[in-house]
Amino acid sequence: MPNPADGPITAEVFAHLVRLAQFELTEQERDYLRSELNGQLKAIRQLEAMEIGDELPITSHGVPYGPAIRPPIRQDEITGSPLADEILEGAPQVQDRYLVVPDIPHEELK
Amino acid sequence: MSLADRPGHEVAAEVRRGSLKAVEVVEAAFKRIEQVDGRRPALGAEPQPDDQQFIHAFLLADRQRALAAAAAIDQKVAAGEDPGPLAGLPLAVKDIFCVRGTPSTAASRILANFVAPYSATPVERLEAAGAVVIGKVNLDEFTFGSSNESTAFLPPPGNPWRPTHVPGGSSGGSAAAVAAGESALSLATDTAGSIRQPAAFCGVVGLKPTYGRVSRYGLIAFASSLDCPGPAARNVTDVALALQAMAGRDPRDATTAAAPVPDYSERLEAGVAGMRIGLSSDYFRIVAPPVGGGEIETRPIDPDIEATIRQAAERLAQAGAVIVEDVPLSNTHLAIPAYFVISRVEAASNLHRYDGVKYGHRTADPVADLHQLYRKSRGEGFGTQVKLRILMGMYVSAEQYEMAYYEKALRVRTLIRRDFEEVFNPAGDYRLDALLTPTTPTTAFPLGAVYGDSVVMQYADALTVPANHAGIPGVSVPAGLSADGLPIGLQLLGADFSEATLLRIGRTWEQISADDAWRSQRPMVLAEVGP
Repeated sequence: MPNPADGPITAEVFAHLVRLAQFELTEQERDYLRSELNGQLKAIRQLEAMEIGDELPITSHGVPYGPAIRPPIRQDEITGSPLADEILEGAPQVQDRYLVVPDIPHEELK
Repeated sequence: MSLADRPGHEVAAEVRRGSLKAVEVVEAAFKRIEQVDGRRPALGAEPQPDDQQFIHAFLLADRQRALAAAAAIDQKVAAGEDPGPLAGLPLAVKDIFCVRGTPSTAASRILANFVAPYSATPVERLEAAGAVVIGKVNLDEFTFGSSNESTAFLPPPGNPWRPTHVPGGSSGGSAAAVAAGESALSLATDTAGSIRQPAAFCGVVGLKPTYGRVSRYGLIAFASSLDCPGPAARNVTDVALALQAMAGRDPRDATTAAAPVPDYSERLEAGVAGMRIGLSSDYFRIVAPPVGGGEIETRPIDPDIEATIRQAAERLAQAGAVIVEDVPLSNTHLAIPAYFVISRVEAASNLHRYDGVKYGHRTADPVADLHQLYRKSRGEGFGTQVKLRILMGMYVSAEQYEMAYYEKALRVRTLIRRDFEEVFNPAGDYRLDALLTPTTPTTAFPLGAVYGDSVVMQYADALTVPANHAGIPGVSVPAGLSADGLPIGLQLLGADFSEATLLRIGRTWEQISADDAWRSQRPMVLAEVGP
């Protein structure tokens, strides 16, 4: 996928994103979504303008989980669930308690 | 005054004493729902002329289930047992939480047929404290929005103060239901402001707790590092009671904090004498594109809102608080750009689980292989705003952009966190107990006025999202009405686990403003309901 640098998301890049996201789109959705993505990128590019060095640590959670509030590690024990049947009832297609799917594209390994 | 409008803590106290039946309380809620809610939203329903006269908050209002739960509470009281501090209080659950045996849809076609096999921890805890689940309420699809218009279940909710206007989002159904007296309490979630912003728009109290204070178990995930369950109610005391019931460690959510849970009601009436409350000019302006599109600009927030917040500060000062002006929070304007990146990456990751195989929508069309099943099921099942978030998540986390966008956004998150640490540091220059800010840059806008412009819509959260990045708690409390009669919210932000302090300031504000003329105004939809 070519890097559009600071340009808008091209039709080619957009098609790649849609493939990764695994959904079909209507023509109308396609135009709207690409235009909105490019609108959002304008806002996001304010970040690029920021000079932030790699020495600044990242924050992946706001609240630091220090020892005082970190829950203890729990024992690695198997605890069954009584809900298996109900969960299977929610599946779109089941046969003999297996989830049914169409052909899975694959290549035979030599 | 109808039972439906009375403060929850008073109602619950009477139910506990046995002087009022939980069944009567629940009946009053259902009567109000019949009066103001209008037709039940449905997948892709066409608009009808009188839609904008009603609230349309409830996706499911289960009278039978609620009456059975209420009767059980009345039996407990009759047997001399205590049904809990929320005894008999109607609870509307945002339909992003699993409630055992109910459709739990996330307001999405992809989960329209999903019936939850278990209940979320906050739901279980609220029920254990005596609250009665009366139904599930509408939201933006997967909580992706700030107006509630992206729901797949139409019509979207209206604002009880003016039903032609949005209730805010994503917890629009929650705030609207509470404001209209359809429920005493709502359980909602806040990822960028989704509890506080609709609470401000609908004139109710909404609390986003500290990240980790309330369990996310049973919450349908959006952005796991930002999502916070929390309560909405019509007054601060009720919010304190609801938080009390929900807060605390949960072995089923490893991110819940082991910090002790204080008594949130104990010092609620203790006033603000000596408290240091900060005002920041960084919260009286936003850096955003104009409505209608254009280049990003710096502009002041709605002057009515700024004046209301500054007056509230003066009155808190008269009540003994020390107001600290010009508190710098200089990275506030980067919170939305960083949120555009972080939330989308987490959303794309979390929403990969919807595949048409394990649960939820599966295409009825014939498919050649598994990939086609995914593409068709997800294409049909997700709404446009959901697709937009997933695509952006894919883009900014792609290998060649990750450093420029995702990592950068996580470092900006550090800067925002440090801004707050600095001003709340008890040994620092500011030593604030809380920041007082507007909750929103504008009051509620008309339905259809912003929806579709995903950039402008995102900036509705400009003043609420910094707290989500930082993990700190925030509460929105009604502060007044604008010149054109729409609610204005004041926001209080504090250090980690300072909910008790924020609620105490909010309660003091309620007392200071109790006799204000705006407090006697009622939402428009209640005009014909009668007292």
